[in-house]
Amino acid sequence: MRPLTEEETKVVFEKLANYIGRNIAYLVDNKEDPHVFRLQKDRVYYVSDRIAKVATSVARPNLMSLGVCFGKFTKTGKFRLHITSLKYLAQYAKYKVWIKQNGEMPFLYGNHVLKAHVGKMSEDIPEHAGVIVFSMADVPLGFGVSAKSTIEAKNLQPTGIVVFRQGDIGEYLRDEDTLFT
Amino acid sequence: MGRRAKNKQGMPPSLEEFQKTGKKKDRKRKAEKESREVKKPTKKAKRSKQEEEYKDPEDLPEVDLEELSAAKKSLFDDDEEEEAGLDEFEQLEDDSEPEVDDEFVDSDEEGRERPMFSDNESDDMDAINAANMEEYSKKLDEEALMEQQDAEDELLEENTKNPRAKVLPTEEEEEEMKQSGPDLTMVRTRMLEVVKVLEDFKNLAEEGRSRVEYVDRLLKDICEYFGYTPFLAEKLFNLFSPSEAIEFFEANEIHRPVTIRTNTLVTRRRELAQTLVNKGVNLQPIGPWTKVGLQVFDSQVPIGATPEYLAGHYILQAASSFLPVMALDPQENERILDMAAAPGGKTTYISALMKNTGCVFANDANKARTKSLIANIHRLGCTNTVVCNYDAREFPKVIGGFDRVLLDAPCSGTGVIAKDQNVKVNRTEKDFIQIPHLQKQLLLSAIDSVDAHSATGGVIVYSTCSVAVEENEAVVDYALRKRPNVKLVETGLAIGKPGFTSYRGKQFNQKVSLTRRYYPHAYNVDGFFVAKFQKVASSPHDVSKAGAKEKEMAADAEAEKDGLIHGDFANFDDEADKEIMKESIKHNLKKKGINPNTVDIEKKLPKH
Repeated sequence: MRPLTEEETKVVFEKLANYIGRNIAYLVDNKEDPHVFRLQKDRVYYVSDRIAKVATSVARPNLMSLGVCFGKFTKTGKFRLHITSLKYLAQYAKYKVWIKQNGEMPFLYGNHVLKAHVGKMSEDIPEHAGVIVFSMADVPLGFGVSAKSTIEAKNLQPTGIVVFRQGDIGEYLRDEDTLFT
Repeated sequence: MGRRAKNKQGMPPSLEEFQKTGKKKDRKRKAEKESREVKKPTKKAKRSKQEEEYKDPEDLPEVDLEELSAAKKSLFDDDEEEEAGLDEFEQLEDDSEPEVDDEFVDSDEEGRERPMFSDNESDDMDAINAANMEEYSKKLDEEALMEQQDAEDELLEENTKNPRAKVLPTEEEEEEMKQSGPDLTMVRTRMLEVVKVLEDFKNLAEEGRSRVEYVDRLLKDICEYFGYTPFLAEKLFNLFSPSEAIEFFEANEIHRPVTIRTNTLVTRRRELAQTLVNKGVNLQPIGPWTKVGLQVFDSQVPIGATPEYLAGHYILQAASSFLPVMALDPQENERILDMAAAPGGKTTYISALMKNTGCVFANDANKARTKSLIANIHRLGCTNTVVCNYDAREFPKVIGGFDRVLLDAPCSGTGVIAKDQNVKVNRTEKDFIQIPHLQKQLLLSAIDSVDAHSATGGVIVYSTCSVAVEENEAVVDYALRKRPNVKLVETGLAIGKPGFTSYRGKQFNQKVSLTRRYYPHAYNVDGFFVAKFQKVASSPHDVSKAGAKEKEMAADAEAEKDGLIHGDFANFDDEADKEIMKESIKHNLKKKGINPNTVDIEKKLPKH
């Protein structure tokens, strides 16, 4: 376990900025309970500084996880966000899409969000921006990238894709073997 | 419906009349029975009178004995019952009857009083029409139910009234059973009979049969009927009274209800229940002792794959798993260790009770199982956890000074046989030595990992999902002996039976009664055990840097030293023994008529 290098931090923050924009500041500057990013193996964890300190007593091969896993570095040095980060992404989300009840299960099975399933969406979503997907009851379901801007999406066919899925909470069941460790 | 009921009761008019006489006689005979004890000489005369009355029904032209017995057959499916019934009819013709059978008749007659009334009503049934049909059918249903009840009562009564019943099979019967294979209904009936005898052995046991014979038969039947190994059946049987043991074994055949725990980090129980009810899930709070548990009766959607489940609003968790965490009673801003955490039901509950403050160390020795642990921690949104993969005996070398430690120890699983039927055949004697051996070391490690001077805590909770004494009370007692700096305290749980303070000749610390046991038949939760310790002082062990290997070696050495004998025997004094042996040899020689002085006694002594 170690703090991120400058380069790694840059890669991670660029990725996060897609989804939460300037709200990253809230992640980094938490006066009451300062949080830090930690790299363990190839995974990036976001954790309270206090917990990161006590976790130093655990040897590297035996430390499986701490705090919340945000994602992992691929072998090519890119950073990939995991669904486990949804708690924070949803909290600070910049662009949101709500889907109707009939669209919930198709999305949780790993499909993209169709126009027909969209209940409402943020007004100002540009094309190819990171969005967080919610159910109509405001339960975060996943995240993805907008296929069209809000205005263009209005003129879309009901079967047209509005959001390309990148992660959804169905992965907890589908990818349990690969997602963690 | 009406016709069916009629069939069931055979030929109404004849039977009715038959019973009427029976009833009259019944009353008479009761009085007679009382008088019989007082004036025995008149017995014979009365007996003849009685026989006369018996003959009464025979004279009636309609009565067909065969038909009657057939009707009886449909009423009582039980073999025994049939026999009893037939007995009675035989007796009608038999003049010289022993008293025992007399009583048979008595009880039978009493049991049938009520059906007779129903007969009267079924006569009226000629008048039924479409309007009151339903009412009648309802009535008949009730009657049928009552009859059944009566039959059961009767069965009970018969047994109490008929002591020394032959329950155990004879040798020939046993031979036969071996050849023809087991008849499960018969085995079951016999099991219940034997239990009844064991409950009141003095009055009900057959002459010349010992209690051991009954218990052996019962154990054999349990093995056959439920599919346990003889070893495990005996082990579990010894925990309970015979009737409770049967209840326990039967409860192990039924699955416990599906229960879920609300994740209070994300939602509230009322809201969750509302959303799930809207999805077609039929549920209800588990009980007054938990504010977060819900019991699921049936569901139209897979309860482990709803959007709410995936969003971490609840977790599927057995009701019994709530108990150790409730006993642990975690407080905010503490540092807590869960020594055997996977799959994370308890860890996430701890985290939720702490409202994501402080720090929870979740350890599991099995790397593969940490996956599900991490998955659950993330799904339920716990942010205050550290997951590590150590042999739990490495603590406190890795890190110590925790406010509270939960040790839900790996165990034989004799409390969760309903979940995993393999336990019935897989557990051997060796397991009940090795598993407690590990548990003892784990518990000592748990105790050493706690900070005795913690302002809020200093608590250790030990739990297993086993009911075996070796894994529970014995381990707790061992810890109390080895670590005088801990004491047992009340678990603070609303339900549960106190732990055993003595078991099969072993005496445990009296405080062990503060631990709690849970049985599937008593609370409809998995079999479980919870003990709560409070650490009152620190000890040199707390700072020991011994790892798992050193601890294992130390424990092995200790086990070898203690051995099986435990120093219970006095030492042998060879010299003193020699004198005594010489004396006895001399004595024997004298008996044989040999002069002991002519023989070399030293030679006769056994050589070492």
